[in-house]
Amino acid sequence: MTHMNGARGNGASTPAITVNGLWKVFGKRGEKALAPEYQGIPRAEIQDALDCVVALRDVSFQVAEGETFVVMGLSGSGKSTLVRCIIRLIEPTAGEILIDGQDVLQFDDKTVNEFRRNQVAMVFQHYGLLPHRSVIENAAYGLEVRGVEQSERLDRAAAMLEKVGLSGREYAAPRELSGGMQQRVGLARALTVDPAILLMDEPFSGLDPLIRAQMREELAELQSEMKKTIVFITHDLDEAITVGGRIAIMRDGEIIQLGTPEEIVDSPTDEFVQEFTRGISKTRVLPISRIMEPPCCVASQDDSPKSVMQTMSMSNHSYVFITDENQECVGIATKEQIASCGADQQDSLENIDAHQPQAIPADTSIEKALPLIIGHDFPIPVTNDQGELLGMASQSAILEVIAQSAKDNAQPVEPAPASA
Amino acid sequence: MRFPTRNDAISETSLHQISPVMMRFKGAFLLLAGMGLAILVSFLVHRFHVPGALDFPVDIGNPLTDSIDGAVEWLVINLAWFFDAISDNLKIALGKLRDFLVWVPWPVMVATVLMVGWKVATFKIGLASAVALALIGAVDLWEAAMVTVAIMLVSVAISVIIGLSIGVLASKSDWVDAGIRPILDGMQTMPAFVYLVPGIMFFGLGNVPAVIATVLYSIPPCIRLTNLGIRQVDPSVVEAGRAFGSSRIQLLTKVQIPLAVPTIMAGINQTVMLALAMATIAAMVGAGGLGLEVLRAMGQLEQGDAFVAGVAIVILAIIVDRISQGYITSRRRSTE
Repeated sequence: MTHMNGARGNGASTPAITVNGLWKVFGKRGEKALAPEYQGIPRAEIQDALDCVVALRDVSFQVAEGETFVVMGLSGSGKSTLVRCIIRLIEPTAGEILIDGQDVLQFDDKTVNEFRRNQVAMVFQHYGLLPHRSVIENAAYGLEVRGVEQSERLDRAAAMLEKVGLSGREYAAPRELSGGMQQRVGLARALTVDPAILLMDEPFSGLDPLIRAQMREELAELQSEMKKTIVFITHDLDEAITVGGRIAIMRDGEIIQLGTPEEIVDSPTDEFVQEFTRGISKTRVLPISRIMEPPCCVASQDDSPKSVMQTMSMSNHSYVFITDENQECVGIATKEQIASCGADQQDSLENIDAHQPQAIPADTSIEKALPLIIGHDFPIPVTNDQGELLGMASQSAILEVIAQSAKDNAQPVEPAPASA
Repeated sequence: MRFPTRNDAISETSLHQISPVMMRFKGAFLLLAGMGLAILVSFLVHRFHVPGALDFPVDIGNPLTDSIDGAVEWLVINLAWFFDAISDNLKIALGKLRDFLVWVPWPVMVATVLMVGWKVATFKIGLASAVALALIGAVDLWEAAMVTVAIMLVSVAISVIIGLSIGVLASKSDWVDAGIRPILDGMQTMPAFVYLVPGIMFFGLGNVPAVIATVLYSIPPCIRLTNLGIRQVDPSVVEAGRAFGSSRIQLLTKVQIPLAVPTIMAGINQTVMLALAMATIAAMVGAGGLGLEVLRAMGQLEQGDAFVAGVAIVILAIIVDRISQGYITSRRRSTE
């Protein structure tokens, strides 16, 4: 799992984007849907009563600086409307969107254009490239409307194209490129203006699964370098989990759950969310700490082999975790190894010839930890950030989780529709 | 046990088939009955000389035409400076262009057409156009053809400038669009001769009213297709343009118009064809050129001359059409 959220849990700083009570109602009598008497009434009934479509219904959330915030939902859930409201391509009916402390919805036309030119950039599902311009002219478009001089904007565009792996294709026409490459142009066009906020509207939905996975990897790489605030729209929970720090799940214009992948997979708020999570393997999302057991038997390096042998015999354990003075795990020893150490007439375990498996940090996903655990016939130490021994992960516990998740997934899963 | 008899079958089919047949022809029966009634009423009116039904009881024709005459007269007298200015400038432009076209030696002109056709469309089209143009010279209609081309070019230039501007306005404003739509519909249903009338009214006889008539006649497709082309630009591309902060002018010049060019060019192509047609008909108000040759030959019953001049017009039309179509096709290929 690739986490791109540099600032996860960084709640102290002011959020990059704050959305408060955002509404969008399409239709002539749209404002009426905001009235309290329609509160809690299903969207379809409002549509029948007022002949208007409620696309966003009292949506509120905050995105921290440098965070990748994912909005997930099916077609018609309002996720594309939401991202277009942020950049005012669609005028919201009510609410506020604070960026840099300013309410985007109060901007006049000129300020909106300045805001679009300097602070945000967007990547589109259907690329939205200018077919009559070459790749590099497309990538430089944002700087061109900003009024940057030609030689400078082409230099910057070329540098960005190189970053997304398109050097050599600068003067190709967009139609000569594959879908994945066209979307790289779209990404380069957005990044060339160096925006603080990047809005991505299902950027990879139109691509083949292989290319999609590759693009996600590359985006993660770019993001680890650039630390943009990203709002990422997708209809695919799998993609949401791969890409995002926090995920907002939308249905009928409302956010029905907002949380980390772990929270969503672990405790879905309702059946709708649960239906989504069914296709997701829990092992991808849950950290190893969830199946960690307390270490069976711990001995300090300074203990004598004899006393350790005694403890092991008494507690009937076949392995012992050996720690140093910093509580770091230096190895795992079997009874036989302890015994041979004792036979060598040593009075401590310092020079014992023990197993030295790679310790697993506690926030590693089970899936990632899997290869480190399988193949050993002893449990593996789990450590915290400081490297201190927290517990152990055993093969049997892992197998139990995998078996459970396979059982959950055995029910038929509806495939998610291709696009929103 | 009872076997089905022939009568059973008949009664069943008659029940289920005849009534749909009746239904299907019901409209035709009603139409025939209505027409019969109309003829019967007309016959009765004639038979009994119904007063007021054979002659129209009122006549507002005369006052109407009189008032139009008055209005035109007033305009001609009071806006003479305006019409004169247009007339003088058009005369100068037309004269200079005609003189230039006639001054260029025919091999140079033919070679130019060959190169333009080749570069803009294909070599085949260029070659065919050059040969066809040489044919016009070979039947001694070179000068007449150049006069027609001059009228056409001046008219097209005016049509395109005005047409593009109105088209862009119409694409940006639904009000303008709704306003000009019925006017354009009217212009496109009017017979070609009608366009000669305002020209004669304000500019008298000659090449100038020909240009005015040609502009009026050829401008609608340019307006319509400019409007359509800009409105039809892929909305996702326009959205991307807006998302990056394009101003309205930037959106128009950097995104919408470039992407509408194939459609706009189709409009200009139609404008050119209509202009050529009108430049020919305009011989009736005293314009020179190939049309005048046809008109003169027909008046003097010289079928051969009339035929040759007619074919020359067709050749000119084909050359212009092939080259501009070729340009549209190659342009379309490069933007899609």
